[in-house]
Amino acid sequence: MRITIIGAGVAGLTCATEFSERGFDVTVVARSERIGDNSCSWYAGGMLAPWCEGESAEEPVVRLGQQAIDWWDAHVDCVERQGTLVLSHTRDASELRRFSRRTSAYATVDAERIEALEPDLAGRFRQGLFFPGEGHLDPRRALEQLADKLRQRGVRLQLGTNWNEAAADSDLIIDCRGLAAKDMLTDLRGVKGEMLVIRSKEVMLHRPVRLLHPRIPLYIVPRGDGVFMVGATMIESGAGNRISVRSALELLGAAFALDPAFAEAEILEMGVDARPAFPDNLPRIRRRGQTLYVNGLYRHGFLLAPVLARMAVEAVTDPTKTPELMDENYPERQSA
Amino acid sequence: MFEFYGTPVASRLLLGTAQYPSPAILADAVRASGTGIVTVSLRRESAAERGGQDFWALIKALGVRVLPNTAGCHSVREAVTTAHMAREVFGTPWIKLEVIGEQDTLQPDVFGLVEAARILSDDGFEVFPYTTEDLVVAERLIEAGCKVLMPWGAPIGSGRGLNNAYGLRTLRAHFPDIPLVIDAGIGLPSHAAEAMELGYDAILLNTAVAKAGDPVMMARAFAGAIEAGRLGFEADPIEARDMAAPSTPLMGKAFL
Repeated sequence: MRITIIGAGVAGLTCATEFSERGFDVTVVARSERIGDNSCSWYAGGMLAPWCEGESAEEPVVRLGQQAIDWWDAHVDCVERQGTLVLSHTRDASELRRFSRRTSAYATVDAERIEALEPDLAGRFRQGLFFPGEGHLDPRRALEQLADKLRQRGVRLQLGTNWNEAAADSDLIIDCRGLAAKDMLTDLRGVKGEMLVIRSKEVMLHRPVRLLHPRIPLYIVPRGDGVFMVGATMIESGAGNRISVRSALELLGAAFALDPAFAEAEILEMGVDARPAFPDNLPRIRRRGQTLYVNGLYRHGFLLAPVLARMAVEAVTDPTKTPELMDENYPERQSA
Repeated sequence: MFEFYGTPVASRLLLGTAQYPSPAILADAVRASGTGIVTVSLRRESAAERGGQDFWALIKALGVRVLPNTAGCHSVREAVTTAHMAREVFGTPWIKLEVIGEQDTLQPDVFGLVEAARILSDDGFEVFPYTTEDLVVAERLIEAGCKVLMPWGAPIGSGRGLNNAYGLRTLRAHFPDIPLVIDAGIGLPSHAAEAMELGYDAILLNTAVAKAGDPVMMARAFAGAIEAGRLGFEADPIEARDMAAPSTPLMGKAFL
């Protein structure tokens, strides 16, 4: 069976990986010239943090996201299993209590334990939560490694290509275009996210740190070599072009609040894009004729793409089964 | 039934639309609350780029009236600009006017508020000002053209309830005919009931519902509390006493 996958973001490349590993004849087509162009995956935090996401995400995110860390570890070499540290300043202690009530699989940590985990934050925080089972990866490296492995396995990656022509002679199209698929998926919307990449010679962190704040909960993910990703805003807007001064101030202010040593860091990049999301913020697989849509990963691209790709394979190999996140099966929200 | 600028209002609960886990949960919470009016904050960047259209379409699909607000504006000019964009996007003269004066407490800059209220009222807007319980500021706002007042219960998002019940009671007594809506600071259904028992006309909620573990259930809880509080007010409650008053008079007791 010849399969054309449209889109080379995290959804497209994980689908290509899962399908090609099962022996399908896979071609990936994307209009971008390089991996990462026109892709919100390029701006992802890369946190593999299903339990933390439980603070605001629905139950399937927590449960299904737990498969992500092993999947990525088996496919790329940039996965770190160092857990997640969640902190708040004393004045926002109620945010930490709230976070702890909504999540599971953590240990409460005091100043001493925080210092042991992240010595650079010593003396700055009195309490936090540590999620030992979580991890993180470098999303850009991960995408490039997936693409390289696909090429090695003989999968054709046709970048800079118009998908209409390329998909003409395939048996099945898997549409992973993200927000660009809004032309076909009318209930898809964009949620704008803004992020920064900074470099500091003075700060060393081993794991993603989330700083809770009532206005903008911030996270900092270490990328190695003194580089950190600072994210991310969540704005109900599909226009992902430039970062606003307000957002940059919020992100930088929060980084400074985590560790004042970030004041001396260099700003390497300011990134922005819109994440594709359905009204309940859960991803979906939808079958429409010879096309399977895999979309709506929202802020959970790296967390949920592997399980969604597996479900897409299941939907294709066994038509009698309807995977959990397939539209036909997933119950629409009932009005209360 | 009371009115906002001549529009009859059926539900005494107004719901904010920010901070829900998802638009689907927001929609369920709106239905569960029985509200007829939701507030929507407009980011100027989204309005300028028309980037927020999808979210606004979801709001419009709820089938309730939209009260756009100028949340997060720190100056008169910002608030006025945002109000104009909101009128264009939502096609309503209603505007919930917020001019924030202090970053930590998010309390209103009442001087800027009065100025912006005058500018907008003169321009045909129907202004719902987010204010404090200060009586003199309230009078200035009414002079500026406001026919609704929205005093705070406590700082936005703090969930502390009615910080100054005495001041709010005075405000109610002083303005018996102006619709008064408690805006901000409510955390629990009992806070909302307390405000309604004081004779307030309605309650505007956002964080208390949106950030609850189960926003839909909390919306229902508030709907019940607001109705109970209003009924309690209308039923003319008894006065508190220092001593017990037997509910069964001794004279009427049967001999056993």
